[in-house]
This record gives sequence, structure tokens and C-alpha cells, in this order.
Amino acid sequence: MGIHFRKSRGIMQDFAHSFSLAFQLLWRFDPALGEIVFLSLRVTFAAVLIACVIGLPIGAALAILRFPGRGLFVVLFNTLMGLPPVVVGLLVYMLLSNAGPLGVLQLLYTPGAMIIAQAVLVTPIIVALTQQVLSDLNAEYADTFRSMVVPWHKAAVTLLWDARYALLTVVLAGFGRAIAEVGAVIIVGGNINHVTRVMTTAIALETSKGDLALALALGLVLLMIALAVNAAVMAVRASARRMAYA
Amino acid sequence: MPDPRVLPFPTSPGEARPAARLPLTVRGLGFVADGTRILDGIDLDLTDNRLTVIMGPNGAGKSVLLKLLHGLLPPSAGRILWGGRELDRHTRQRQAMVFQKPVLFRRSVRANLQFAVNLKKSPEATDLLSILMDDLHLNDLADRPARLLSGGEQQRLALARALLLTPDILFLDEPCANLDPASVLLIEETLHKARAGGTKVLLVTHDLHQARRLAEDVVFLHRGRLTEHSDADSYFDAPASPEARAYLAGQILL
Repeated sequence: MGIHFRKSRGIMQDFAHSFSLAFQLLWRFDPALGEIVFLSLRVTFAAVLIACVIGLPIGAALAILRFPGRGLFVVLFNTLMGLPPVVVGLLVYMLLSNAGPLGVLQLLYTPGAMIIAQAVLVTPIIVALTQQVLSDLNAEYADTFRSMVVPWHKAAVTLLWDARYALLTVVLAGFGRAIAEVGAVIIVGGNINHVTRVMTTAIALETSKGDLALALALGLVLLMIALAVNAAVMAVRASARRMAYA
Repeated sequence: MPDPRVLPFPTSPGEARPAARLPLTVRGLGFVADGTRILDGIDLDLTDNRLTVIMGPNGAGKSVLLKLLHGLLPPSAGRILWGGRELDRHTRQRQAMVFQKPVLFRRSVRANLQFAVNLKKSPEATDLLSILMDDLHLNDLADRPARLLSGGEQQRLALARALLLTPDILFLDEPCANLDPASVLLIEETLHKARAGGTKVLLVTHDLHQARRLAEDVVFLHRGRLTEHSDADSYFDAPASPEARAYLAGQILL
């Protein structure tokens, strides 16, 4: 019992010390920390943007169009929402490696590779959730679209615009997946200091090195970003609901 | 000086447009949903642009008939021809419909109307937009979200949006159900103007007073069958079918 107590006390002291160091790093706005945070945000925003550009139109088309095999696509994208990041990392690695079909691009171990891997992970989430959100709205609008003879692409734009506040939640889900992801980016990015080190890979590395302060500081930043983004989206949606646009 | 009693549709204002005079011909029309026969053996000829009212008790199949005539539902049996042509998206482009429960886009009143203007792409549509906003008292509501409007305001907006499509035929499914008298009056005045502008109006209503005010001819449905189609005067003064007589007398029809 005594040994166990001493061990616990030691861990608690480490824990408190790490927190204190973490807050100091944040307070000083440590440049190394800032660089990692900035790269994380850059990679994630770019990946989510690409995923939205690809995923929103596909989701809208799946919500509106009726064609043979549509159900199969819906099931496929729903399944791909749970893609294991390490598998995506491996596939993107194979594509981008020198021997791979996209090896000439020389993107491996660059932020570009990390953006591609995250976009691959996030796109099915955007497609599947967009399809669900827009299918509900389309059920409401369908007779009006048919009556007014609205072409399907115009109907898709209408649905995307009218559901824009609901789609914020979809984008948020993609953002959450991307910013917290570690398996794929560590494989294709390599966690190279000043080049491809992002918050999640740095946390993994620093934890394994025993530098809990930096890991914890990064973890706190990650939590704060998630909190801020969620709060902003909730506020926008609440205001849209008050205005009856959501 | 344009006649304020006429909705100045782009083509030949004041005249019944040729397309509206095309006969709408229904032969042996039937509709079955989930094994239930909703409509059966409907024969109907609508040959001019008079304002036609469709009446009948609940469950008679009035709304389904309207959707079939507009091409929103495929018939289970029979044919519908408009000017000798089968219904398709091209014929539907020259028609419009106002639903019993208006479906409005999650946008402002003006944006809902602008959607129809953009769809029509006619240069006169902008003029028509301001006329309809005046006629249906929508100017003060222009920047409000459509879904926050009252029932009457929503229905006026739905009617304005439908008329912006300058339809040759306008279908209305109980557009005045549960509306206050002021909204009913605005809608009826606008329907008269549309009719004078050359639009064929087909209206489903349960309101006998409204039917008397508006109808030029009446189609009566009972249990999915057409029991009478006659001029409004004959229908209200001396209905030919026992079902229509019972309905007008306020008797419960089963």
C-alpha cells in the first residue's frame, strides 16, 4: 500500500508540474508550440476544404438523384466514414512513395501528403452526412422542385444553400476527425520537426519521450480549438434557428 | 395604361393565351396507392380558361386529381392530354401549383420570389414581381424569413411565387383553408386577375361560399369517381347528381 501511495503521489506531482509547465508554454506563446499549432490548423483547414469541395456536391447528388446503384453508394460512403486512419495513411504512403503512381509529385513527408491523407479520411464523412441532411430537406422540397421543374443541379445548389446551417455541423464533424487524427499523418508526414510535426504527432512523440509538459500544452490547445470551433458553430446555428433559416 | 384588374403576363395581356385554351383531356383516369383505389374511371374535358372549382367530400380524391393533372403523380390507368400532348416536364413548365400546405424555401420572402424569377428568366418577370408584391401585400414582409410568416402570409407568398412562373394553368389545392377573410380576399382578387390575364385556374376547395364566388364551372368528385361536371350556376341551382345535391345540402356523404 505504502509503495503504491508513494507512486501515486509521484504521478500526481508530475501531473501538476506538467500542467504548470504547459500553462507557462501557452502563456509565453512558445514559438515551437505556435509553429506546431499553426501547421496543424493549416493542414486541417486545407483538408476539410478539399473534402467539402468534393463531398458536398456528391452528397447533394446522392440526396436528389435516383439511379441504379444509388443505395450501394450510400452504404459505401457510410461505411467509409469509419475508415481506419492507419490504413488510409498506408494507402496514401504507397501512392506517394517513389515507387507509387504519384511518386513524381515528391509529396511524401510534406504537409501536402498530410492534407491528402486527411482529405481522404474526411471526404466520406462529408458525403455521407451531407446526403443524410439534404435527403430530409429534399423530402420537403421535392414536390415543389418537380412542380417548378427545377433542374437537378439547381435543386442541389438550393438544398446546399438552404441547409447551410445544418451543414456546418457536418463540416464540424469532418474538422473534428481531421484535427484529432494521428495515424495517417504520422505515416505520410513522418513527424519531422519544423516540417510535418502537427499537434497530434507531437503529443505522441513528446509523451513517448516523457516530456509531458509540451504534450499537455498541445493537448490543451487542441481542446481549446475544438471548444472554440464547436461554440462558434453552435452560436451560428442558434442564431439561424431564431431566424428560421435552419 | 394597363388594366389593374388584369395580371399583365408577358404574353398578350388581357387575352386568354392560346396555350390556356388548349383542351385538358382526361380519359379513364385511375389512381391506386398501396392497393387502395383513390380515383377510378375519370373522364373530363376542360376546354377553355374558365375558373374551374373541384369539390367533393374528404377522401374523394380531389388533391390526387390535381397532382395527376399537374403531372406530379403517374396515373395507374387512363390518359391525360393537354392540347393532345402527354404530360411531361415541358408541359409542367407551363403550369404551376399552390399546395395546401405551402412549401417555402428557407430564405426571405424576396429570395423565395426571386427564385421563381431566376427560373423563368423572362425580362418581364421583374415587373410582374413588383405587381404581385403590391397585390398580395408582400412589400412590408420582403426581408422577413418566409418560414416565420403567418399561414395567410405564407399562402400569399406561395401564390405570388407560382404566378411568377406565368403559368397557362394554375392548380390550387385548398389555398384558403384556415385563412382569415382578408387573406382570402387578396387571394381571390389575385386569382381573378390571373384569370383575366389568361391563366386557366383549377381550384380545390371545401368552402361553398368561395366556390360560389369564384367558380365558372364545377367538377364534383365522390369516392374517387367524377359524378358531375357542370356550369357553376347549374351546379349550385340544380345539381344533377344525388351526391352533389346531398353535399350542397350539408348531408354527410359516405
